[in-house]
Amino acid sequence: MAGLVALLLTLPLVGLRTVEVQSRLTIEPHLAEVAMTAFLVFLGRLGLTVAASGLPGPVLLAALATLGAGWFLPFPTEALRVLALAGAAVVAIRTLWALYRRQDPRSQQERDRSLDLWGARLQDATRLIGPVAVALALALPFLPFTDRAVLDLGILLLTYIMLGWGLNIVVGLAGLLDLGYVAFYAVGAYSYALLAQTFGFSFWLCLPLAGLLASLAGLTLGFPVLRLRGDYFAIVTLGFGEIVRIILLNWGDLTGGPNGIAGIPRPSFFGIADFTATPASGQVAFHQMFGLQYSPLHRIIFLYYLILALALLVNLFTMRIRRLPLGRAWEALREDDIACTALGINRTTIKLAAFAIAAMFGGIAGSFFATRQGFISPESFSFIESAIILAIVVLGGMGSQIGVVIATLLVIGLPEVFRDLAQYRMLSFGAGMVLIMLWRPRGLLSHREPTILLHPRKSATQQHAEAVGAP
Amino acid sequence: MLTMTGIRTFYGAIEALKGVDLTISAGEIVTLIGANGAGKSTLLMTLCGAPQARYGRIVFEGEDITRLPTCQIVRRGIAQSPEGRRIFPRMTVLENLQLGAITAPASYQNELDRVFTLFPRLKERSTQRGGTLSGGEQQMLAIGRALMSRPRLLLLDEPSLGLAPLVVKHIFQVVRDINRDHGMTIFMVEQNAHRALRLAHRAYVMVNGLITLTGSGTDLLANPEVRAAYLEGGH
Repeated sequence: MAGLVALLLTLPLVGLRTVEVQSRLTIEPHLAEVAMTAFLVFLGRLGLTVAASGLPGPVLLAALATLGAGWFLPFPTEALRVLALAGAAVVAIRTLWALYRRQDPRSQQERDRSLDLWGARLQDATRLIGPVAVALALALPFLPFTDRAVLDLGILLLTYIMLGWGLNIVVGLAGLLDLGYVAFYAVGAYSYALLAQTFGFSFWLCLPLAGLLASLAGLTLGFPVLRLRGDYFAIVTLGFGEIVRIILLNWGDLTGGPNGIAGIPRPSFFGIADFTATPASGQVAFHQMFGLQYSPLHRIIFLYYLILALALLVNLFTMRIRRLPLGRAWEALREDDIACTALGINRTTIKLAAFAIAAMFGGIAGSFFATRQGFISPESFSFIESAIILAIVVLGGMGSQIGVVIATLLVIGLPEVFRDLAQYRMLSFGAGMVLIMLWRPRGLLSHREPTILLHPRKSATQQHAEAVGAP
Repeated sequence: MLTMTGIRTFYGAIEALKGVDLTISAGEIVTLIGANGAGKSTLLMTLCGAPQARYGRIVFEGEDITRLPTCQIVRRGIAQSPEGRRIFPRMTVLENLQLGAITAPASYQNELDRVFTLFPRLKERSTQRGGTLSGGEQQMLAIGRALMSRPRLLLLDEPSLGLAPLVVKHIFQVVRDINRDHGMTIFMVEQNAHRALRLAHRAYVMVNGLITLTGSGTDLLANPEVRAAYLEGGH
């Protein structure tokens, strides 16, 4: 059955390939590959069925054998080899899981609970991991293995962590599903680029201005959508994100249209020194100021620390505000907005505040992005960016700060690390997402830390035990 | 303390309240009974300004609050324990209570102590998530949360909804204590007419968006119409 479905699906996808023959496109059939694909899918499904019907042992062996043989057998294309290997691996894992389960007398619910407990323990560990991670991040530029590529990856990750933390305010705390967060990122980036190019403002002046403009954009979006809820709200924010992108694309006079803006000024060292090899007369370069040998890495390291500081600022802000009435009101809004009204919380104000603040952080991240890249175009601000940032927040566990970091490492870091896998790296990305959704449907770290306690702090593990305790 | 005159509330074109007059004096327990869909909850919500009354006037302690937004009304000293309790399930008991005090700018330690004295169970459970409480505990939490904003008028919307008779008895005792010991004025909407009428100083009966009967709790308990419609059969 599965083989048949695979046959139907792969027939047009794999079986027909457009080939350029004498400057004309023709369709070339690849029936052998189709048959092969269908056969592999059939084998895999057969393995799963047999394993489920009580013979996991032999299937496991067969899967492992396939896994081994897959490296050497001749396949017509590399894609088929990957399919065979991945399929065998999935079957092997499933059978292992089945074997483990059979020996494990606990019910599904108990298993879920023990996973939650692990999450809670992990969260306990994060109290230690947090400072360690910050220290590591601080030390990273001076570690022996650190080169340009590692720093660039670090900057990329930190940018997404900052965006994730920013979006976490709207989605994780206030519970408003914002599908157009990238719009504020874009507003920030373009504000910086235009202000710096047109008026020659320095980066340090533009950074707060970009934040301000982005939060104004947030307010503009906030007003019309305040009355909406749930799905409708998400659709409007999605539309807003697209509107911003399309404006950027079509307002050629101001934004350069699809060509974007190039030659965006680089930041200086707090306006004191530049990161150039040969500074203009009357100015000091960074390496001269500190008596160092000139190195283009200095700028990268500076950018790295800059985004690290900005991201930590967002984190600090969120951690503080959760303990203030505004943050509490956001969380209450996420939990139950009718109860919020009954408690006299002014929903309009707090929704607007959430929007404006998250937009401000998005805008600041955007202007950092612009200054790092030196070039921006509407292409960088497409819907998929919003989706990725949202995926980071949701996968990490809504409202969890450390979850955002872990999810960023997974969502952004893995595809970067697996660049060697070429076109299959996005496949691994998709597989990772599916696995998280299967095993941790509420996000990796879904435990919520209370903001106030009667007694001294308890560990998350103890809280977990209490929270699931006898009702 | 509170007077409503000629209140008419609409949901779109449908008239849910068709001209309600009602007064509550300081220190009273007043209850409103009636069948499903009579407009009892609508009356409570109108009092809080969500939805606002289209016609009529609501005066609370000499001030017209008919057109005030909900958050302003709550700040004037009216707190509600909403229908279906509506506690925040993922937050702890303590956080739920603290959110009740969100409109009160000053320290809420006294209110917290008062709530924990009234409901010792909540203190035991203070670190537990709201969603894991039993129905009765959730109702206690909803009432406690309403008390946290230091109200002068407490609105209770069906505190007995979905609870076991023993739990209902306990909740009603606490309501009486709040009124007697703290002089709190209480306006309670109930389906459990028998208990509500025994507890209340005065009561109103609502049918199809109109007040049809009013009197002291004991008078209405003895009233043959009320007995026939709301008391006999169920209780």
